[in-house]
Amino acid sequence: MSSLRIITNGRIIDPKNDRDEVADLYIKDGKIAESLSDEEIQNAETTNAKGLVVCPGLVDVHVHLREPGQTHKETIQTGSWAAAAGGFTTIVCMPNTNPAADTAGTIQYINDAAQRDAVVHVYPTGCITQGRLGEKLAPIGSLKKAGVVAITDDGDCVQNNEIMRRALEYCKMFDLPIMDHCQDMSLTENAVINEGEWSIRLGLKGWPAAAEDIIVARNALLSELTGAHVHMQHISSAGAVEVMRRAKLRNVNVTAEATPHHLALTDACIKDYDTNCKMNPPLRTEADRQALIEGLRDGTLDILATDHAPHTNYEKDKEFDYAPFGILGSETCFAVSQQILCGEAGIPLNDVIAWLTYKPAELVKLPAGTLTPGAPADVAILDPEGTWTVNEETIFSKSQNSPWWGDELTGKTVATIVAGKTVFENGQIVG
Amino acid sequence: MEWTRKDLIGIEPLSREEIEAIFTVASGFKRILGRSVKKVPALRGKTIVNLFLEPSTRTKLAFEMAASRLSADVITVNADASSFVKGETLKDTARNICALNADMIVLRHSAPGSAKYLSEIVDVPVINAGDGSHEHPTQALLDNFTMLEHFDSLEGKKVTILGDILFSRVARSNIFSLTKLGAEVTVAGPATLVPKTFESMGVKVVHDLKTALADADVVMLLRIQHERQSSTHFPSLGEYTSMFGINKARAKWLKPEALIMHPGPINRGVEIDSELADSDRSVILEQVTNGIATRMAVLYLCTGGSMSALENSAE
Repeated sequence: MSSLRIITNGRIIDPKNDRDEVADLYIKDGKIAESLSDEEIQNAETTNAKGLVVCPGLVDVHVHLREPGQTHKETIQTGSWAAAAGGFTTIVCMPNTNPAADTAGTIQYINDAAQRDAVVHVYPTGCITQGRLGEKLAPIGSLKKAGVVAITDDGDCVQNNEIMRRALEYCKMFDLPIMDHCQDMSLTENAVINEGEWSIRLGLKGWPAAAEDIIVARNALLSELTGAHVHMQHISSAGAVEVMRRAKLRNVNVTAEATPHHLALTDACIKDYDTNCKMNPPLRTEADRQALIEGLRDGTLDILATDHAPHTNYEKDKEFDYAPFGILGSETCFAVSQQILCGEAGIPLNDVIAWLTYKPAELVKLPAGTLTPGAPADVAILDPEGTWTVNEETIFSKSQNSPWWGDELTGKTVATIVAGKTVFENGQIVG
Repeated sequence: MEWTRKDLIGIEPLSREEIEAIFTVASGFKRILGRSVKKVPALRGKTIVNLFLEPSTRTKLAFEMAASRLSADVITVNADASSFVKGETLKDTARNICALNADMIVLRHSAPGSAKYLSEIVDVPVINAGDGSHEHPTQALLDNFTMLEHFDSLEGKKVTILGDILFSRVARSNIFSLTKLGAEVTVAGPATLVPKTFESMGVKVVHDLKTALADADVVMLLRIQHERQSSTHFPSLGEYTSMFGINKARAKWLKPEALIMHPGPINRGVEIDSELADSDRSVILEQVTNGIATRMAVLYLCTGGSMSALENSAE
């Protein structure tokens, strides 16, 4: 593979640099180059991207790679394949592994495995509390030294406000954001679906939106108290969007993400107890879905993230109550996001790409998400009009738990380039 | 009409005509149950497995009784005696039952949607005998069948369902069937167990007992289900009784001809005063008896029995 590359005639969308033009993109020695010499151009490998979008490789700050400990669902390798197939070049993995990523040793393991097995950049997060139990702070300083980019007990929201307050104060010292899965556990015991018409009709235990809104409010108040950056994961309710909106008006140091599935689906999808529509937080109502779209549009919500959560078929193929929460997200993110946000809501593609590139990268301070000359040559070549079907051929995750399984989606990854090297092309991993 | 369903998963998918077809067949079976020889050969040679993964007395007995009146062989599997406790999944248990050539599965399970899930796994008919808080279709059928023995039609009749609605599969199935049959349904009880959201199912929500009882033609009491509620739904059983329990004095709020029903098991002295439960206004035991005929009808129809064949054998 040549270290010189030209991606020609693509529509270059680089929101960080306000760039949207048909042009050639130059890559030299794994970095974006301003230009190449005539001789270099002669020797460069050329990729024709006519009619396609050329943008920074996508960045996902919320994936579950399941390694160590749950490698029957996913591994760092297969999760990185799924990411590459979705146009992602940088992913941030959650610490709810087994053991939980609450020691420098486990972070080292993840970094070593990523170095060895992954085809995209993988950055780990570490736990807020030991064992994600919400009781005692994890060694956050050591985790930072080992390379975590954020701290989170993802999936197990810290319930004790004193511990959360101290975690925020402590993390601020290291300039580490805290990512929180916002869920009041006392309001959601055994809950499996949004509380509303569908929980009533189906007889399933409801998860009221207020349980999310309360913690979003709590986090905003504690951020205000401590000055620490709290990032609210997968906001799903209209109420939480409103709490975020008011916090931002007061310039509180909070950010939030929305997932493609909460933007695209509602709890009505569960009418036949489809466990591939079971996730946490749950799919909510049409009004919530619209509020999320508006929240993104007006900047209340900052970024998109997938919450890619692989589970095997045999784990999902169960009574609804017993199936685990979570769905795949990496491969389907761009298609679903552009279908809903551009196709349905009329939001410019550039904004969607911003929410998937430099904005999440800046949120966790990663060297990613732009095509600025000198930046790592992490590039996605996307076909917003390209169609594809979600099936064994197109899903690279070890698992298949997608609500879109078998569906045709619009918005396709043509190629994914990491540090100048193609890792995904023509529907195949080539890394 | 011709019955075309293999399974009875819930009342929600049924049409009014299908519900009435079950009642027609049930009436035929009820006449047979009045004869000295109470058995018909309709399901001779068939094996029905009652897979009861949650405790039950009435429903289990009624299904066993219904199956034996139809001459089927019945095997009942209880949760504590099954491989469920060893961690076998419902899917594997069911496939094993089918591999043993069972002809039908009657499922009682604590997980909502489990009967539908099972029906998608196995080819044999699946009858829902209660899936968590979701549906209990044969209970609604026997309840409505019993009402129809007292009223010519349920069109415009006012039915109040009182008690723990939130966790009740009996309430949900009755809401579906009664509204399909033209009745006006009110659900009543404490706001914690009768959330306003039930209005989306086309019923009235009332938290005042007197209002709930005033113009009801039928009041259906539901058991307070200790096993499904967390402790936060009301202060105490005593307070529940003082606010929503029916006693002789409160029964005077009812119209004189109103029926009192209860799907059982009764908590005597909690939702209903003991004497009242045994009084002639109560049709609780009629419900139990009708549970056999209606379940015979369901087993018969879902195994492909035709209505005309039944009419010949009943005469």
